Amino acid sequence: MSSLISRRSLVVGATIGAGALLTGCDKIAANPEARKILFMGEDMNRGLQRALTNRNALAPEFTPAQMSPIFRSNGTRDPGTPGYTAMVANNFADYRLKVGGLVDRPLSITLPQLRQMPSRTQITRHDCVEGWSAIGKWHGPKLGALLQAAQIRDTARYIVFTCADLYRGTPYYESIDLIDAFHPQTILAWALNDRVLDVAHGAPVRLRVERQLGYKHAKYVMAIDAVASLAGIGKGKGGYWEDNVDYDWYAGI
Amino acid sequence: MNDPIAYSDSVPGSVVVVKRHKLATRVWHWVTVVTMFIMIGSGIGILKAHPRLYWGRYGANFDSAWTTLDQWPSWLVSLLNLLTIPASYNLAISRRWHLLFALVLSFALLGFMVVSLINRHFQRDLRVRAAELSPREVAHDVREHLAFRFHDPKRPGAYNILQKLSYVATIFVLIPVMILTGLAMSPNMDAAWPWLLEIFGGRQSARSIHFIAATGLVLFIIAHLALVILAGAWNEVRSMITGRWAVPEDVA
Repeated sequence: MSSLISRRSLVVGATIGAGALLTGCDKIAANPEARKILFMGEDMNRGLQRALTNRNALAPEFTPAQMSPIFRSNGTRDPGTPGYTAMVANNFADYRLKVGGLVDRPLSITLPQLRQMPSRTQITRHDCVEGWSAIGKWHGPKLGALLQAAQIRDTARYIVFTCADLYRGTPYYESIDLIDAFHPQTILAWALNDRVLDVAHGAPVRLRVERQLGYKHAKYVMAIDAVASLAGIGKGKGGYWEDNVDYDWYAGI
Repeated sequence: MNDPIAYSDSVPGSVVVVKRHKLATRVWHWVTVVTMFIMIGSGIGILKAHPRLYWGRYGANFDSAWTTLDQWPSWLVSLLNLLTIPASYNLAISRRWHLLFALVLSFALLGFMVVSLINRHFQRDLRVRAAELSPREVAHDVREHLAFRFHDPKRPGAYNILQKLSYVATIFVLIPVMILTGLAMSPNMDAAWPWLLEIFGGRQSARSIHFIAATGLVLFIIAHLALVILAGAWNEVRSMITGRWAVPEDVA
């Protein structure tokens, strides 16, 4: 075989192979069975990370000099519903944070009560799934303290957050497991950069779950529910983006 | 490598075939070919979600980026679009591909490294000796490459110094840097292993280095493919499939 023919056939073969692989990838991602394999990566990564790393490790904290000059907002910048707009007009005097589900003592907490709880201040990095990062100073009570106050039951496995902002007509929702819920840096932040949380960043209260990506950090939190399973929440995958756009529920990577 | 399995001494025109690549090398090579293809395609998809790169710990739209997609030439953007997995923008699915095959890439490299230390592939074939790095030797090898002579007649199966350096850089620097900068972008790994951030100077620096190292890998792949073709495409590809490599006639 002449080397010219062999070279040409190799280049042609490689190009066809690459093209087939590209279209093949999209076919695989569309096939329900293959999709299961593709989506196994999430459990593998979560399992490996949980097995190989300290579950209580703290996310890096930074100095004031290391903070982003401007902390960009993302997702909903104003829920804009009549109910939310009325709360803003009233300076959240009518706001009540409901803690319920699998708890022995359901709570309904006003904003002044929340602000009087022992709080944590942390300068942490917020990582969006899109790739950008911003460093800001957050302040608020630990979620774990709230769950203890509500006497969370042993049967609870996940914590579900329901928000004031609507996506496709239904409130945004997210969920985390108890490892992250009781992590010392998981707080319900009501202040950002030494100021009361503004509407763009999730007023009056947003979740900080520092070892996961931004979409897990639910803004405009209205209700917190302890549940045994995510099966009855939305379409069952634990969050708006997980249910509708195939984002990973475990967003630690 | 270089164990002759068919010999026919000094008969003109006869072909000397040697066993060139061990099974572990061949399996790792092809696993990595498919994995690289998926990682590059899905990586482009993820990059498109925020096509701005920064230095330091943070970086978002209001911060100054050292490069952005709109500064890149249109042919490059078209090429990136052509390679994207999936073809139409879908960050979630790009991430699914990328984060599953990141495991394949990492554990395949780990396995290959362990086996290649045990079977002495690294020590025998990739070890760079000081004498090979002398300016005279390197200059000689550059001239040989320019003349399209890739094999030392005395040791035709051995890698030349430029080849060794490019393989060593890829196996021991570029791919490990890809893996470590990838891990440094994981918020949970940053909590568990904060040194990941320290060695790269922050998450956004790690993200930038991830793309620079990826560019280095793409350049390696282009050079590698070009040299495979110039060195005798079928013979080289066959040696990576069956292990058998015919010593080119000009050096046999």
